Amino acid sequence: MGQVKSLADLRKIKDDLRVKMSLRENSNNPESLVQIKVAMATCGIASGAKQVMDFFIEELEKRNIQAVVTQTGCMGYCFAEPTVEITLPGQAPVVYGYVDTKKADDIIEKYIKSGELVDGIIPVNYETIENNKEEK
Amino acid sequence: MKDLSMHILDIVQNSITADAKRIEVEITENVSSDIYRIVISDDGKGMTADFVEKVTDPYVTSRTTRKVGLGLPLLKQNAERTGGNLAITSEVGKGTVVKAEFRFGNIDRLPLGDIAGTIVLLAAANLNIRFIYKHITEKDKYCFDTKEVNEMLEGMPISEPGVIRFLKEMIKENLQEINIAG
Repeated sequence: MGQVKSLADLRKIKDDLRVKMSLRENSNNPESLVQIKVAMATCGIASGAKQVMDFFIEELEKRNIQAVVTQTGCMGYCFAEPTVEITLPGQAPVVYGYVDTKKADDIIEKYIKSGELVDGIIPVNYETIENNKEEK
Repeated sequence: MKDLSMHILDIVQNSITADAKRIEVEITENVSSDIYRIVISDDGKGMTADFVEKVTDPYVTSRTTRKVGLGLPLLKQNAERTGGNLAITSEVGKGTVVKAEFRFGNIDRLPLGDIAGTIVLLAAANLNIRFIYKHITEKDKYCFDTKEVNEMLEGMPISEPGVIRFLKEMIKENLQEINIAG
């Protein structure tokens, strides 16, 4: 077996990465990027949110789309996990449910690339159980 | 949960919600005393003694989006199934320590799974939190610390895809070196 990688090797590849980074459009303003939030509470993790998040990170890089992929807690749609919230620049967030890697691929190709909505949108109202109770 | 790394991902999420700035995951494998131990400690806002008592009850949760919280109960169940246990200590304002012990050789002990991917994913998605991951086997130990990584990167974010890929491979190779169990 060859030499085991260490942090010193990271320094070596860092300069290459920096060149790649600056080649890409230089936008430090997160508002101008696609934002993807993968729900990662117990419900999401148990239904495969990690694979979906890995998929988004890898594929967006391959397809040269600049995006911020982060995780969030449970949005309350445990029945539809894994759920993913996508915010295109300047638009309202859209939440997709039952996202596996196939659906994620659809979302990237159709929604993120051309703004065309894909099946499986969960209407969002941001209400919590407590809020609901007060209303009733 | 299919493997232990998913449990870790889940429990660490609690620490993130508790506004932790430093989260440490320590795994100890001890074949001779038949113990597989996972300790997750954070410097988050902590819990009252009263809440700690109740926290492994599935119908207790601090969240408001839904009324059940299964993260800790599921981990407890999986630990106890192997003849192990789950212990939580916490202090308000100081932080929380979750310790899960499994019987190493028990057939019900879940495999570790993709721990490298889990740790790097957490680090990349939470750039403001310092993650420390220690893995101790009888042969040797390995320590991964995002503070050291950030010093190396000099301003480049861990979330950069090339960095993510490198770190995953680096952790995997180092874990192989210390002969971790599956």
